[in-house]
Amino acid sequence: MSALAARIPRPHSSLVRSLGLVVLAGAVLLIASEALGAYDELQLANGAYYFAVLAGLTVLIGLSGQISLGHGALMAVGAYTVALLIGDERWALVPALLAAVVVTTLVGVLVGAAATRLRGPYLAGATLAFAVGLPALADKYTSLLGGENGLVINPPTPPSGLGANFPLERWEAWIACAGALVVLFTMNNLVHSGVGRSFRAVRDDEIAASLCGLHVGRVQTVAFVVSAACAGLGGGLLAVVLQLASPGAFALQLSLSLLTAVVLGGLGSILGAVWGAAVLVLLPGWTNDIAHSFSLSTQVSANLPLAIYGLVLILAMLVWPSGIQGAVRVAVSRIRERHAPGAGESSP
Amino acid sequence: MRLRSYRTGAAGVAGAIVVAIALAGCGSSSEPGVSSTSVTFGTHQPLTGPAAPGYSEIAPASQAFFNYLNAQGGINGRKIHLIYKDDEYNPAKTVNTVNQLVLQEKVFGIFEGLGTPTHTKVVGFLNSSKVPDMFVASGCPCWDNGTAQPYTFGWQPNYTIEGKILGQYIKQHFAGKRVGVFYQDDDFGTGGLTGIRYELPASQIVSAQPYQPGGTNVAPQISAIKAAGAQVLVDFTVPIYTALGQLASFTLGYKPQLVVSNVGIDPTTVGGLLKTFSKGKAGTELIEGAITDGYLPSNTDLSNPWIALFKKVHDQYDASAPFDGNVEYGMANAYTLAQALQLAGKKLTRQDLVGAVNTTGSKLTGPGLVPFRYSTSVHGGYAGAEMGQVRGGQIVLFGGPLVTEPTAGSAITPYTTAQPAPPASGVSVP
Repeated sequence: MSALAARIPRPHSSLVRSLGLVVLAGAVLLIASEALGAYDELQLANGAYYFAVLAGLTVLIGLSGQISLGHGALMAVGAYTVALLIGDERWALVPALLAAVVVTTLVGVLVGAAATRLRGPYLAGATLAFAVGLPALADKYTSLLGGENGLVINPPTPPSGLGANFPLERWEAWIACAGALVVLFTMNNLVHSGVGRSFRAVRDDEIAASLCGLHVGRVQTVAFVVSAACAGLGGGLLAVVLQLASPGAFALQLSLSLLTAVVLGGLGSILGAVWGAAVLVLLPGWTNDIAHSFSLSTQVSANLPLAIYGLVLILAMLVWPSGIQGAVRVAVSRIRERHAPGAGESSP
Repeated sequence: MRLRSYRTGAAGVAGAIVVAIALAGCGSSSEPGVSSTSVTFGTHQPLTGPAAPGYSEIAPASQAFFNYLNAQGGINGRKIHLIYKDDEYNPAKTVNTVNQLVLQEKVFGIFEGLGTPTHTKVVGFLNSSKVPDMFVASGCPCWDNGTAQPYTFGWQPNYTIEGKILGQYIKQHFAGKRVGVFYQDDDFGTGGLTGIRYELPASQIVSAQPYQPGGTNVAPQISAIKAAGAQVLVDFTVPIYTALGQLASFTLGYKPQLVVSNVGIDPTTVGGLLKTFSKGKAGTELIEGAITDGYLPSNTDLSNPWIALFKKVHDQYDASAPFDGNVEYGMANAYTLAQALQLAGKKLTRQDLVGAVNTTGSKLTGPGLVPFRYSTSVHGGYAGAEMGQVRGGQIVLFGGPLVTEPTAGSAITPYTTAQPAPPASGVSVP
């Protein structure tokens, strides 16, 4: 295996590698979406926009060492921007998504600049306040933002070139996956670039990093802004898939589940964001099935999924602190050692 | 060696994908959710959240009535099943819940989808997917559009109709008194407010204050209504907000004449909420004397043969719930669905069910005190209601049923045809 691998020329540019990864992932998603039923295509779309947010969040938390409990609110900014532009102003899809990214990035600049002055639990508390306070704005400015009723947008119509019977769910999955692939390309490139290295440097030792000439506050703000842009795109895609932007979709529970998904998937790795997105999409369904199979009263069974979610998180942190990706990494390196003992190749 | 295993592996994966695509292409020839022995409906309900008090009893009550019919052999030989899922009165969750019911559980139709802000988010999807959306548990005027939404049918009286009937009563019995309106900030509240405005002159309505479902502080709205000097307070509220509004009024020393929509007045529910919120200090006395309306017999009127029937079904199939207006609602709506299924015939398709209500729905009689407004273009539901009042913690109806149309100029006329007796078993259809 290692002899064969050594003979395949590896592209040195991370840009080309990221592009290759995107093409491969795109091909897999395209084939998968053709074979899936309508409901599973919606699940795929959900997983895609969750991945978009989680990729940015895992870079922020894992790579630059900051914490944010407020990414649900940033998703809300993206979603409401898309809902206002597509619903009221009749913008096309791609310009609206780009505008959502721009607006959320601007909000991210403000929040990130404030965040650089805070550390640890204080940063967590500030972002938590942001997560709780921002969606409540919809209830305050009901004429513009629709209140609890939310803003509705028309479903995105598939282009006529795809045929009259092209399922809407598949088109939504394609849109969301396209956004996820853009995030995959950008984030994978970032992680392996100089910017990514500066994030890690600031995370590991701020004093040493500033001695090397890195402006710590600026690097941390850039990390926040990048993750905000991803959250804005994720939120915009959520609005397109749900055809709705309402405060109920961005409750505090979302921010907390984003955080647990990132930790569960594996901090700092893009593949960890994929696992995290899968967890966010699949776990609620499994916990609901467990709760119903015990035939509990509605009050208990409605809250049981949250309790199971928390329990799974605690167990995973005790057994797998580096998350699912960490466990995969360990398993892959064990398989490699078994096939080529003594080669001593370290896993990526 | 390694390359050959890669090639066979890739061939295996490609083959699996081809088979999967081929299988996905094969559609089933019959409709989803129906067989010769059963038909399955789905519904989204607020089992938890701000609308759960009271409303969470509705779907189990409907299911209890279906169990009663199934024990007799069902309708046209089919047992009726109801899958109900929690959407927490959260429109974002409603979208996911209905997607799950239609696309994953593959139900025949949606029945009794509850809530105005919630159901408005799924109406487009249900109609474009041609899924029957029967008898929505909400009186929003927005369901009443058979031309644009041919698969969606209302059931309870349109909120504008209700607003007109309540407004006319205020005009006749509280002439010259100042009126304040406390309403939910969506099509439910605004629909009711429109009806009130059709009947009362603009100068008489001195304050109209909306609330967002989810918040718990309604003191600002009640203070504003009190400051405007309203002597009559009209509530287009769900039970929790009726209770919160009354507690705020009590705290402010404000004692207007209360007029409440039928969706937010069930004394068992509101009394229980008042007791919980005030830690036992207040109860149904805070809504005593409230004016309301009803389109079904009062659930405390055990001499009514329909109430006796529902009580019997409740005691056998749904005994853990209190026997209140919500349980009566669930069973009466279930009776109407069973009638529609009977009319649709032995060979049941989605189009047959929708067509049956379009053609014969207006002739259906049952526990309702008023007739239905159903035709190909009108999907409105009950045409009116009877006035009622909370006396001794129970709703007592008086004055006879009234019917009208949800438009500004149409008259409100009495409806004098008597309610039929319930059938000894099953359902009866014209």
